[in-house]
Amino acid sequence: MAIRERLSGNEAVAYAIKQINPDVMPAFPITPSTEIPQYVANYIANGEIDTEFIHVESEHSAMSATLGASAAGARALTATSSCGMALMWEELYVAASDRLPIVLALVNRALTGPININADHSDSMGARDSGWIQIYAESNQEVYDNFLQAFPIAEHKDVMLPVMICQDGFITSHGVENILLVEDDKVKEFVGEYEPEHYLLHPTEKMAVGPYAVSNYYMETKRAQRQAMLNAKQVILDMAAKFEQMTGRKYGFFEEYRMEDAEYAIVIIGSAAGTCKAAIEEIRATTGKKVGLLKIRVFRPFPEEEIAQALSHVKAVAIMDRSEMFAGSCGPLGAEVRAALFQAKSQAEVVNYFYGLGGRDITVQDFMQVYDNLENIANTHVVTGMYDYIGLRER
Amino acid sequence: MSKTVEIRWHGRGGQGAKTAALLLADVAFKTGKYVQGFPEYGPERMGAPITAYNRISDQPLTVHSNIYEPDYVVVVDETLLESIDVTNGLKADGAIIINSQRPKEELLPLLNGYQGGVYVLDAREISIRALGKNFPNSPMLAATVAVSGVMGREDFLGEMRQSFQHKFAKKPEVIDGNMMALELAFNQVGC
Repeated sequence: MAIRERLSGNEAVAYAIKQINPDVMPAFPITPSTEIPQYVANYIANGEIDTEFIHVESEHSAMSATLGASAAGARALTATSSCGMALMWEELYVAASDRLPIVLALVNRALTGPININADHSDSMGARDSGWIQIYAESNQEVYDNFLQAFPIAEHKDVMLPVMICQDGFITSHGVENILLVEDDKVKEFVGEYEPEHYLLHPTEKMAVGPYAVSNYYMETKRAQRQAMLNAKQVILDMAAKFEQMTGRKYGFFEEYRMEDAEYAIVIIGSAAGTCKAAIEEIRATTGKKVGLLKIRVFRPFPEEEIAQALSHVKAVAIMDRSEMFAGSCGPLGAEVRAALFQAKSQAEVVNYFYGLGGRDITVQDFMQVYDNLENIANTHVVTGMYDYIGLRER
Repeated sequence: MSKTVEIRWHGRGGQGAKTAALLLADVAFKTGKYVQGFPEYGPERMGAPITAYNRISDQPLTVHSNIYEPDYVVVVDETLLESIDVTNGLKADGAIIINSQRPKEELLPLLNGYQGGVYVLDAREISIRALGKNFPNSPMLAATVAVSGVMGREDFLGEMRQSFQHKFAKKPEVIDGNMMALELAFNQVGC
């Protein structure tokens, strides 16, 4: 029987870490990090787990120490947020190219400036090209479930890539919600023991991690990383299937909500998807209009063919971005979904909206407005710009 | 209770409005509800106005926005009545619960003509009588449960006693005082 609880998103991730009992957790346990290292430190201090906690002097060092531990052969993770992740930047690329199966618990918050601590995807979206697998959550339940699947995905021999488990700052990280926890023994069995094939503390095998690669080797290394990312797609689906067997909760690259007959669809990442679902129920109940949602769970590897297929029958799509990238055309999710639709020769009208930057709230009414806009666009075939805003003040 | 009850808390940083919202989520969870309890963060500093929210329902909750049309508003610090439109969006068939030593008639002019229920509780006096200290959030929590009816009195008091026994395992002498604060608040608000 699952354990019925109520936890914040931070507590949920810390609880998952406790159940996994990893070998090493280096962390910089003050702002801009999260409550997650603090809760884990409590578990360690109380003797509930025997994870080695390393107090480091910065986020740069937190990721460096995590790399070192992982290269040595340990199951290692860390947690951070916002500018803390920005300070890890150099090491994010090292982790991915050294093929270290690290897990990072990331609480998505805006990057400065102006100074802002609230929900925004600019931290992880900035790192989308670093070679990490990125998995996002709508709710506390999802971030917990995703975290339990992270190490089995990262450590799979066909993958060997770091995984970022993302959740929306404050909205889920500090919000308390109902959650179903998996029993400890089932988690242990699901996550399993980490048995690295190659590692620095191997008693007989000699190896180097992260040496200089001249141009004769660099490109092949990147090609190999790409292959690992491609391989990750099947592994992610396999782990989701295994997880569903254990819990009954179904996961994939994305969630299709009321999409079976949808004419108008929103594509979105994170906690706002739940608010969008309420708008969908309201619209369908009061008007019968066929509206649906495609909620991205896995952003890296990006499931572009699957997304295009899922959207193949809709008349109009709104892609919603919670981060800026200052391109002329759109935000990061907008760019990739548009490319997927173009490649699939989709006939759907597409509009890209920025919403929720720096924690700007988005409501059920806002989503109802987006669906109205989509219907209008589908009828007139007029899209006035490549992007627009939801919730932006005129002055 | 078939629909979702939405509650908005107004307080100042350090007064425990966020803690009260999380406690309400806790106790409603224990009576089998689906709950949300979440703060709205501005610049964090002692004394700054803060807002916290609750959704309580028999159905799973998916909405992740703030609450703009609450069923109930709780004002932990009455000085906020002068600076914040606390009744903004408050449903006419809902209620506002204010911590104040002043009579209700003096507070009504500060409520922008709000026509729904207005409940005034002297949470400071109750807290000092029961605990010897000013912790207004426990009495305000009890008053909120009494006015909103999100759970019955005995369910609420029973769950809170268990919570206090857990929370104050090392100083059981404060449990009775805390329970007394809750009961006094329940009685005074008169629901």
